Amino acid sequence: MEFFKIKKDIPFMSYGKLTTSISLLTFILALFFLFTRGLNLSVEFTGGTLMEVQYSQAANLDAIRNKLNTMGLDQATVQNYGSSKNVMLRLPNKKDVNGASLSNNVLAALKIEAPDVQLKSVEYIGPQVGKDLVNSGLMAIAFVCIGIMAYLALRFEWRFAVSAIIANMHDVVIILGCFAAFQWEFSLTVLAAILAVLGYSVNESVVVFDRIRENFRTIRGGTVSDIINNAITATISRTIITHGCTEMMVLSMLFFGGASLHYFALALTIGILFGIYSSVLVASPLVMWLGVSRENLVKQTKRKEEAVV
Amino acid sequence: MTKFPVWKYLIIIVAIIVGLLYTLPNFYGEVPAVQISSSRSSVQIGDDLIKKTTDALLTQSVQPQGEVFDGKTLKFKFKTTDDQLKARDIIAQTLGDNFIVALNLISASPDWMSKMNANPMFLGLDLRGGVHFLLEVDMDAAIKKTLDKYVGEIRRDLRNNQIRYGSVAVDNGSSVLIQLRDEATAAAVIDQLRKDLPKLQAVKDGDTNVRVVVSPDEVQKIKEAAVKQNILILHNRVNELGVAEPIIQQQGPERIVVELPGVQDTARAKDILGRTATLEVRMVDDDKPTLTQSLNGNVPVGEELLDEPNSDGSMTKLLVKKDVELTGDNINDAQAGFDENGSPAVNISLDGTGSSIFKQVTGDNVGKRMAMVLVDHGKSQVVTAPVIRTQIGGGQVQISGAMSVQDANDVALLLRSGSLAAPMNIIEERTVGPSLGQENIDKGFHSVLWGFVAIAVFMCIYYMVFGAVSVVSLGVNLLLLIAVLSMLQATLTLPGIAAIALTLGMAIDSNVLINERIREELRNGQKPHAAIEAGYEHAWATILDSNVTTLIAGLALLAFGSGPVKGFAVVHCLGILTSMFSAVLVSRGITGLLYANKRIKKLPI
Repeated sequence: MEFFKIKKDIPFMSYGKLTTSISLLTFILALFFLFTRGLNLSVEFTGGTLMEVQYSQAANLDAIRNKLNTMGLDQATVQNYGSSKNVMLRLPNKKDVNGASLSNNVLAALKIEAPDVQLKSVEYIGPQVGKDLVNSGLMAIAFVCIGIMAYLALRFEWRFAVSAIIANMHDVVIILGCFAAFQWEFSLTVLAAILAVLGYSVNESVVVFDRIRENFRTIRGGTVSDIINNAITATISRTIITHGCTEMMVLSMLFFGGASLHYFALALTIGILFGIYSSVLVASPLVMWLGVSRENLVKQTKRKEEAVV
Repeated sequence: MTKFPVWKYLIIIVAIIVGLLYTLPNFYGEVPAVQISSSRSSVQIGDDLIKKTTDALLTQSVQPQGEVFDGKTLKFKFKTTDDQLKARDIIAQTLGDNFIVALNLISASPDWMSKMNANPMFLGLDLRGGVHFLLEVDMDAAIKKTLDKYVGEIRRDLRNNQIRYGSVAVDNGSSVLIQLRDEATAAAVIDQLRKDLPKLQAVKDGDTNVRVVVSPDEVQKIKEAAVKQNILILHNRVNELGVAEPIIQQQGPERIVVELPGVQDTARAKDILGRTATLEVRMVDDDKPTLTQSLNGNVPVGEELLDEPNSDGSMTKLLVKKDVELTGDNINDAQAGFDENGSPAVNISLDGTGSSIFKQVTGDNVGKRMAMVLVDHGKSQVVTAPVIRTQIGGGQVQISGAMSVQDANDVALLLRSGSLAAPMNIIEERTVGPSLGQENIDKGFHSVLWGFVAIAVFMCIYYMVFGAVSVVSLGVNLLLLIAVLSMLQATLTLPGIAAIALTLGMAIDSNVLINERIREELRNGQKPHAAIEAGYEHAWATILDSNVTTLIAGLALLAFGSGPVKGFAVVHCLGILTSMFSAVLVSRGITGLLYANKRIKKLPI
């Protein structure tokens, strides 16, 4: 079986202006949501207490809210998750309240009215920790960008490095934009997903770049744009099959992984979809506009071969 | 197509055998066990202890299903959790205080496997339930405490050398200020302190004052010592709680991670870990008019009003002197028990110094009341304030008051395990109930399973025989990944399982690359064998490149991630490495087996 029997090269580069403008538009839209709505950060970043409790019957959310109000926790959010028996309580950190003992007090208060309530999990993050996590998260992103750029510059050429990183950072912004637009919860696992997907979509660009380099060596004549078109057409089948397979795994996590993996899988899904788009249709035109030529690459590869032999 | 060399086949076979061996323990499940370890380094576990315990169990008709002894801890396996609970009580009774007896689950895999270190993966708290705490040591308090100690030393030194001083007190939290009569005395004090307490830096401050400052090096040392001492004490306390496999580690300069798998009563765990209880013995001022005045707000200098709980839960105010006669540092042992009236009490035995001080204090104050003050988190509370009827020698002290059996046990535990160098605050907590742990395992397992099935079905349809080869090599990848995780005993968490799924989803990329390349070569008119050869060869450079970029992201997560992210990153990085091996070498090996010596007209791809 074969889905993609493409006889002639598809002129991707002539759509370059169109595809990059679509990208630019989504990028601006994502930025807009990021700035107007902001990210719905999880307790890991903001600090606070997250409790999951389970009742033996459907929980009365209003009663729980009232109870929390009488305790002076009027900023708490109470909601169901999974089923009507499961309740998630989100309690922000307060200056004069000892956060560490808060969950015990709340559970004790809930037990007065419903002795059957069971604590499923507690997550308490003090204000000191949240800041550290934000810092280390930003450090990780910076490290990934620099690391990948350095590798690509070494292995290919600076033009490839720059366009790959632009294309893929714009994926990251778009994922963040989606999370801001729909106010999905942004947690540490989502951050992990984003970084994983960053490495993964760069690898997509690498496959195309590899092919471009090879074409420069093997195809005599032809413009830069023809060569890139050929490279993308030759790899498009593999691109879609690979991402399809990865997406199957991610969807499996989305369906079977439960609440804890939900946003993780969601971030991956967006990342994979935009990853295909940007690494092929954004990174390649960028390389062309940055003025890549046969001389840039063929020289490099020769040196590499000597090193191997 | 060149022949795939025999040594590469050997590598593949060895890898698969080792992989199978180390993956296998994960399928045996777990049996309930009781774990015994020594609470003191002087007490060792040996054959006689194993025999003694086994005999005790057998006389109470509890049949252990075998024992595992690794030189440090002894574990007895049992058939049911009922047996396990019964056995724990029996063992705790037989062995007494010198051993920690805790419930645990151990792998049901055969002994020869555990002997070669083939153990199941180490599950994180989110998969097996338990508590995780991140504690921050209050360093200001640690330094203050050290300074307080210096104040005492300086006073004693000056008194011994008959130098008269105005006051010695901690000034603005980082130095000690000594006020003196005149310049000459100040000079004498500096000389004296340099001689007797050389680790302190005494300098003149104004004409008649001497300031003792603590050097930055010393501050650093105090901080390090505080964290170390707190870790030690946390160990003692956790041991007393009876947790099977606790993790207590320093994280950064001022933080300590405590993980207690299986602990469900987090309120109690938190209470025990965070408490800074010290016991102070002070004298009570029972002068009626002074007490009335104090209740009206005129507390005399050097005294303070403290609460004493009554048996009905109400509080009585008591006027207590601030001078501390004796502290918990002089306690050798503390045990919960009962007093002569049958109410719960704590029996304390003091060390040599403590005994002689206590003897002197009680001798000097017969007929007066003495308060046992428990200082906990900066709050002082009188536990009991008995009248001293006679001088007490021998260092045996009993404190009893309005407390329950549980209170007595907790107080005894806290006094026994020593006091923290400085108070600690819980700045992060994660609690996962056991049912949620199992749920997470099931969800993670199903995600991997169905994702794998979907990919397998698709690959077999799309690439036929070569798809099947890819699926087999993906299976080998999974096998090796689990084997490596089991071998390294890396902690597996739910994000870790997610990383297994994701890594498998990404690993198939290498096989797709190879298969697409072979198809392309065939399209360009290559012969089947040459196409396979060229496909693998051309794809290799791309696979390497793409895996390196993914690995860079993985390493960044490993370096900067904490908690759940780290669990993800470890598995992700390992998965990338195993996938390079299996996707390239294993699949190439299988293709070699299938086609190397055959004439083929058309490849099933």
